[in-house]
Amino acid sequence: MTAAEDMPLWAAIIVSALVVIGALLALVGAIGFLRFRTFYERLHAPAIAASWGAGAIVIASMLYFTVSGGRPVVHELLIGLFITLTTPVTAMLLGRAALHRDRAEGNAGIPSDPIPYPVLDDKAKGDSRNTAP
Amino acid sequence: MSGVILYWSILSAQFILVLTMALVLYRVFRGPRAQDRVLGLDTLYVTAMLILLTFGIETGRDVYFEAALIIGLLGFVSTAALAKFIMRGEVIE
Repeated sequence: MTAAEDMPLWAAIIVSALVVIGALLALVGAIGFLRFRTFYERLHAPAIAASWGAGAIVIASMLYFTVSGGRPVVHELLIGLFITLTTPVTAMLLGRAALHRDRAEGNAGIPSDPIPYPVLDDKAKGDSRNTAP
Repeated sequence: MSGVILYWSILSAQFILVLTMALVLYRVFRGPRAQDRVLGLDTLYVTAMLILLTFGIETGRDVYFEAALIIGLLGFVSTAALAKFIMRGEVIE
């Protein structure tokens, strides 16, 4: 921790606060993921860990390496950008997969009919995934 | 002084993140259906990436950043593949 001893106090306080806030936001997301009742509610909870939990820790890491290195270090932005881009994609894929499973099993509380939009394109490609059973 | 603040805050953040992983792992083991487990694995890799970033702040090295970046890349690919498997594996084609 030699580089940490040389840091100015304001940078240490900001980095510490951001790291603890990010960890607490991840914990809040996990508690929500544990306690919500249906899968479609649980799908929303970890997004707080991926959006601002990761964002706060990434900003803290950028600030720490910028201050301790004496030059701007922004390569942690790659992680933040990538997490921001990929989290909605995985959530949407998982939501569609769960909806497909629930429809295939005929569970209650699920909208029964597929949304009537470009079914014609899927039929033209021979993809029977979106057609009604 | 700033070293003491950084040491204790990063240590507490690591404990909080490990507690987060324990809660998510409980959901992964208990989760009623497969999509809960896949979503739990997705949350687990994000949390592991955050723990690696805190290791990077603690030690001041760059290697942890690269490990976190690789975990982010591969975790997205694995979650997308598992979601595709859930969607197609149930269907009799």
